[in-house]
Amino acid sequence: MTTADGLAAPSGARTGSVPAGDTSHLTEGRRARRRTDTLRGWLYCAPFLIAFGLFLIWPTIYGFWMSFTGTSLAGTNTQFVGLDNWVEALGDANVWTSLGNTVWFTVLSTVPLVVVALVLAVLVNTGLPGQWLWRLSFFLPFLLASTVVSQFWVWMYNPQLGLVNTFLGWFGITGPTWLQDPSTAMVAVVITTVWWTVGFNFLLYLAALQNIPESLYEAASLDGAGAWRKFRSITLPQLAPTTVLVLVLQILASLKVFDQIFQMTGGGPGGSTRPVLLYIYEVGFTGYRLGYASAISYIFFFLIIIISIVYMVIASRRSVKA
Amino acid sequence: MTAATPTLSRPGPAASAGATSLGRRRKKIPPARIIAFVILVVLAFAWLVPVLWATLTSLKTEAEAAAMPVSIFPKSGFTLGSYIEVLSAGRVPRWAWNSLFTSAMVTLITVIISSLAGYALSRMRFAGRKLIISMILASIMIPAQILIVPLFQLMLTLNLVDTYWGIILPQVVAAPMVFILMKFFDQIPYELEEAALMDGASRFRILLSIILPLSRPILGAVSIFVFIGAWNNFLWPFIVVNDANLMTLPTGLQTVISAYGIQYAQNMAQAVLAALPLIVVFLFFQRQIIKGISTTGIAGT
Repeated sequence: MTTADGLAAPSGARTGSVPAGDTSHLTEGRRARRRTDTLRGWLYCAPFLIAFGLFLIWPTIYGFWMSFTGTSLAGTNTQFVGLDNWVEALGDANVWTSLGNTVWFTVLSTVPLVVVALVLAVLVNTGLPGQWLWRLSFFLPFLLASTVVSQFWVWMYNPQLGLVNTFLGWFGITGPTWLQDPSTAMVAVVITTVWWTVGFNFLLYLAALQNIPESLYEAASLDGAGAWRKFRSITLPQLAPTTVLVLVLQILASLKVFDQIFQMTGGGPGGSTRPVLLYIYEVGFTGYRLGYASAISYIFFFLIIIISIVYMVIASRRSVKA
Repeated sequence: MTAATPTLSRPGPAASAGATSLGRRRKKIPPARIIAFVILVVLAFAWLVPVLWATLTSLKTEAEAAAMPVSIFPKSGFTLGSYIEVLSAGRVPRWAWNSLFTSAMVTLITVIISSLAGYALSRMRFAGRKLIISMILASIMIPAQILIVPLFQLMLTLNLVDTYWGIILPQVVAAPMVFILMKFFDQIPYELEEAALMDGASRFRILLSIILPLSRPILGAVSIFVFIGAWNNFLWPFIVVNDANLMTLPTGLQTVISAYGIQYAQNMAQAVLAALPLIVVFLFFQRQIIKGISTTGIAGT
């Protein structure tokens, strides 16, 4: 605060109207300055705030309003229907199974995406030669568009011509049909997702590992601690904040799964992989029921808010302890 | 932010430390190290397999790609036939241009409006500042995907469906980036600006000639993060554009899968072509991109 006031002072002084030592004029000048700063502050924020209001806040509010209307894609029927959409959504089996699929995908993908990322980062951080190649291999898939990833993996999973079943064939195993089989489709999508996005968590862990002070390990060595002991007593505890961060980012990202499932299975077979966002898309853009799609969107949104709040509570408790 | 910055200079010393310890132990490399190395080699290879497999397929003839039993290397030799086919008949170059243009615009606009807002929130004290900051922070929770329905309605109203601006504008709102930039500006000492103000420089001049040049690393990181996000964005361009000439690479590719059906070699050639630009960029700017992702990734929360 004081620095900011000091900062702007010269501009007042430059007008030359304020005699030195006259404090009453100074406060008046300060008030004027604050007024111009308010104007200027809003002016600088304006371009962002206009976009923010138009493309984020307005759709959020408008979507909520739409969930109480019978709006269709044609846009003609905008009559108020009260809680009809919400009641229908809560009784719609597809909402619950797709929400279940979303949660199931999140559970299946989050654990390997955190554990594999940690293992890769620890291995690379040992300083083995070939740093450039390791980072490239593990991070490269993250740079690919979902469509490219899906194309690659649909081809990998091709029951007759794909590499996965060819590989299994070398060991005399007849592979499943993967994406066409309800019992393996979700696992196949999860494997693809781990391959695609683990590089991001890997980089976060790698950065965190490099921030652990070397002195901690040196002290432990003097006390005669072995490699495993050092990992358990120094590395893991030092990585705890990163793990919480990675875990939360991952859960939130996994809950929003859409692209690769839409592209690889279309939600099938038999809706066994359809996540809630895909159901919203189908209801809104294939079924043209925008109002109903909005209601389901908000049920999903509340789920995200609850998880975010749980995280904030945990995080604040953690910082209070620290 | 502070936690992330030391990392930037770290890879150098860390790598050299690894090298010296290797040199010292040349006589006897501990077995644990060898095991770790072997595991890394296997994992790194496994990670590259899908890309290699797609590339190999794209270099086969259609007959060879669909032949049973599956051969890893084509028996009749490699061919660029699929690439030639795709580049001459398909719209891949057009989509690549659309992707480049829209992503560059998204990045440019995002960086400009976010820096302006970030600077004001960091350096000016004004009524409503706290309100703006808390609104920006709270909005990070809103999943962009649930907005597609009302956003599409808005685009219909604004007549922006099937236009470049329809793709670009909704993507320029990056609340976490404003926050990251604000945090970075907070760390720049006030004294630098004070001197300039004393000399009668305007706020805008100070931002342009002092603050932004000092913020080059974070501006680079934010740009990389935003660009990659926009380049790979699928859902929004898929919804707002139906004209095949306006599609971006990810959305265009999706329409082709259904159209081409079982032309495996051509499908893979398209996918590899679509992947290529970012891979090449990554090979050139590996260090900056990795820094950028880890700083924005950590600071973004």
